[in-house]
Amino acid sequence: MSLLDTYREVAPKGTIDFLQRLAETVRGRKILHINSTRVGGGVAEILRGLVPLLQDVGLEARWEVITGTEDFFTATKSFHNALQGQGQNLSAELLQTYLDVNRKNAQELSLEGDYVIIHDPQPAALILQKPGGGRWIWRCHIDISHPQRKVWNFLRQFVVQYDGAIFSLPRFAQRLPIPQFLIYPSIDPLSDKNRDLSAQEQERILNRLNIPRDKPILLQVSRFDRFKDPLGVIQAYRLVKKHHDVRLILAGGGATDDPEGEVVLAEVRQAAQNDPDILILVLPPDANLEINALQRTATIILQKSLREGFGLTVAEAMWKGKPVIGGFAGGIIVQLVYGVTGFTVNSNEGAAFRIHYLLDNPEIMTKMGEDAREYVRGNFLITRHLGDYLALMHYWGS
Amino acid sequence: MPKKIALHPFLFTGCWELRQMLGRSAGDERQLLEAIEEIPLDSVYYHTHSFFLRHKYIAGPYPNDFATWAAIQVRDRVLGEKLGVLDPYEFKDVESLRSAIVTILEEHLSRLQIIPRVIYEEPFHFMQSRIIAVSTGLESRTLTEFREMLASVDASAIYYHTFEAILRLGRRKGDFAIWIEEQLDLPELAGKITRLDPYMTSLESIRHRIIKLCDEFLERGAWE
Repeated sequence: MSLLDTYREVAPKGTIDFLQRLAETVRGRKILHINSTRVGGGVAEILRGLVPLLQDVGLEARWEVITGTEDFFTATKSFHNALQGQGQNLSAELLQTYLDVNRKNAQELSLEGDYVIIHDPQPAALILQKPGGGRWIWRCHIDISHPQRKVWNFLRQFVVQYDGAIFSLPRFAQRLPIPQFLIYPSIDPLSDKNRDLSAQEQERILNRLNIPRDKPILLQVSRFDRFKDPLGVIQAYRLVKKHHDVRLILAGGGATDDPEGEVVLAEVRQAAQNDPDILILVLPPDANLEINALQRTATIILQKSLREGFGLTVAEAMWKGKPVIGGFAGGIIVQLVYGVTGFTVNSNEGAAFRIHYLLDNPEIMTKMGEDAREYVRGNFLITRHLGDYLALMHYWGS
Repeated sequence: MPKKIALHPFLFTGCWELRQMLGRSAGDERQLLEAIEEIPLDSVYYHTHSFFLRHKYIAGPYPNDFATWAAIQVRDRVLGEKLGVLDPYEFKDVESLRSAIVTILEEHLSRLQIIPRVIYEEPFHFMQSRIIAVSTGLESRTLTEFREMLASVDASAIYYHTFEAILRLGRRKGDFAIWIEEQLDLPELAGKITRLDPYMTSLESIRHRIIKLCDEFLERGAWE
């Protein structure tokens, strides 16, 4: 059985066969992905799943990673923040370091390929050393809807030299003289975070986490970050609690390397006021099975973000067949079809209102969860992501 | 006597939509109108026709992007309803559809003192479609084979042979109905498939309805 075939049970009907036919049109072509890390972060997670699938359907797919100095990563971290709208000052020395490191990587890496996909700003200047032939595409995973102009203009001089750009949301599109494509990120339904769990497996994990199952559970899985609005979630829970005896679980990543995260976590603990029905779980970064089990046991899942990149935790929750109430932010609005696969809300009261509504209407909650799973099946699985890349190659190859 | 085996098989073709962003957006209904007058036809197509390709499994609350934006993002349900009843497949081409949308918007705005705009929600982002059609390799020669393949083919083939075919062929009759009528000599079944209203539903729902019609004919049994 091929790797792609293992997705037959979870992908939409007929899609695997169609992807194989689509792949035949570009079989044997060389595709090279380049990013800045092989471990950690959403890009590496996507490439870890996608590159083997591209190889499996007959492409010569490679994944290279650039290396850099501490100064280089200081510069690119500042790029990242500035492109997401934060004020940053980049010295001329740091910009030169960025260019030098890209030049050095270009000398060390083989940049040959029919399609070269450069992920995010770190390796964007590799385009200056592009060998002849091949289509080069800049794949931007970050929210650049309101970039700091100075930094964007520096980066833009490289981006315009590409054959095209890919963004994760329409609002991230820029004024550029090259074609810009929309490709949503995706979840891997066979990964530990999303695969089916047996009842025993789920039970074992929940027991280990000491999760009581005697009341409906409201769950938010996210970093302890102000933009994820955990305090707003607690307020919404309190409004709901007047009418429904529910339990709230706030599960998030560790805060040890993030000073602000620790502050937010302390604020969350204080806001919880030792309420026995508010459980705060600080999970390690690799707690994928734990998150999976929590999502599967929840009654309603919240992602009440005030700002968000794409917010794939919403798709993960929807994949578990749960109704999701999300903040009106970033990619949450394309995942939640209002009133069909979930609700987007603009306030704590709105979140409480929708939780209340769903708890009072369990049949709607069930249907919404089913529709949510189907919506993810069609739009946010890695199989769709594979299809988008094959279609892009087909488009440029024809 | 109806034909049992088609002389020419039905070749199932699927499609994939590559989504291209135009980098243009509208924050109010006046800007929406102005942009619709200027955007490429591929963009009008994306926000109306191929809306159905993006709703393979679940019908959206409104059947095109313009109506959805007006009703949900601008919270102008009157405009959402006016745009929502537009059936893109009633128009002979996309340019005619564009004219109809422009007329609705102009009439709607002429009655308003204040131009409705997004306040908390999302501007309208203009996109355009690149539809890539690829043969699925499935070929049917009988109604039984057709029914079996229809049940298992990628939902994009339903789009290609119903919605896309209406535009491609310029008449309100998709590839399925034409083949069933011309190759299987089953005008009654073809007529029933043609009369199915694909509008306001999902591709999966269309699949189930055509399969059900095929099953009704197959149960009669005598001709195959």
